Amino acid sequence: MSDETQESLITDEMRAAIGKESEPTTLEIDKTSVRMFARAVGYSDPVYYDEAAAQAAGYRSLPAPPGYLGTPVFDPNRRGVRQQAMMEPSRPLKRVLNGGTDIEYLADICAGDVLTSTSGISSIEERQGRLGEMLITTTKTTYRNESGKVVAIMTGTGIRY
Amino acid sequence: MGASWDDVQEGMEIPTLEKNCSTQQLVYWAAGSGDFYQIHYDHNFARATGLENIIVHGALKHAFLGQLLHDWVGNEGRVKRVGCSYRGMDFPDEDIHCKGVVTRKYEENGEKLVDLEIWTENPAGARTSPGNATVQLP
Repeated sequence: MSDETQESLITDEMRAAIGKESEPTTLEIDKTSVRMFARAVGYSDPVYYDEAAAQAAGYRSLPAPPGYLGTPVFDPNRRGVRQQAMMEPSRPLKRVLNGGTDIEYLADICAGDVLTSTSGISSIEERQGRLGEMLITTTKTTYRNESGKVVAIMTGTGIRY
Repeated sequence: MGASWDDVQEGMEIPTLEKNCSTQQLVYWAAGSGDFYQIHYDHNFARATGLENIIVHGALKHAFLGQLLHDWVGNEGRVKRVGCSYRGMDFPDEDIHCKGVVTRKYEENGEKLVDLEIWTENPAGARTSPGNATVQLP
């Protein structure tokens, strides 16, 4: 538990951001990005590399391996969702850790798909842990395909300490 | 060939997936995932933040658990959910054992489903990324 005499790490700005949906992000899945991801993980299943193998297995094209939800279309002039989650707490915290990832899949995602994601902070908590004073932010991101169907929901936990 | 729902029993362990990341693999991952945080490939940067070494990306361990499940269910099955927490750090050139145990076998909305407890384990036997998952099987 945090010391009651201390001011909360969570600012009004942070509190106001909880539950607000971000602007949409466009993410592309293409064959090269699927192969890069699959290679980085170390898959040997040919469905992630060879289109004929993917189609023979019943996919439209190379499927996105678990954990791959497309590559955001890079724009050096856009302020990303990540920055939104990085609002300054009332006392500076220097370090950032990824606390966890949970992804639910509702439909296949394949090369050629263009997804749109929106993201929002679902909760911000402060805790005293083995790392000292910690700020734990839970973010939920919803991914939709071109027909508007939700294909995946990611819940991420970020830890600042 | 993937697993078949009929053959699955609660409590059974699925085949372990063995990993051991070279620093090169972490750079592949940085490029493949778009996570370019320097604690995963720059020793000086990692040490300056108080780490003893560069560390394996949490999301890569999550993806390893995804592969553990995909390799088990095959392409007639589907990975429906994968979740894990990052409780402990893993380092390059150290074994990461990816494991899973079936906790529940059931049918829902006409789908044959299996829930699992999943985790990555370091050489000392500590579970560095514990979590759970749901897969659909033929």
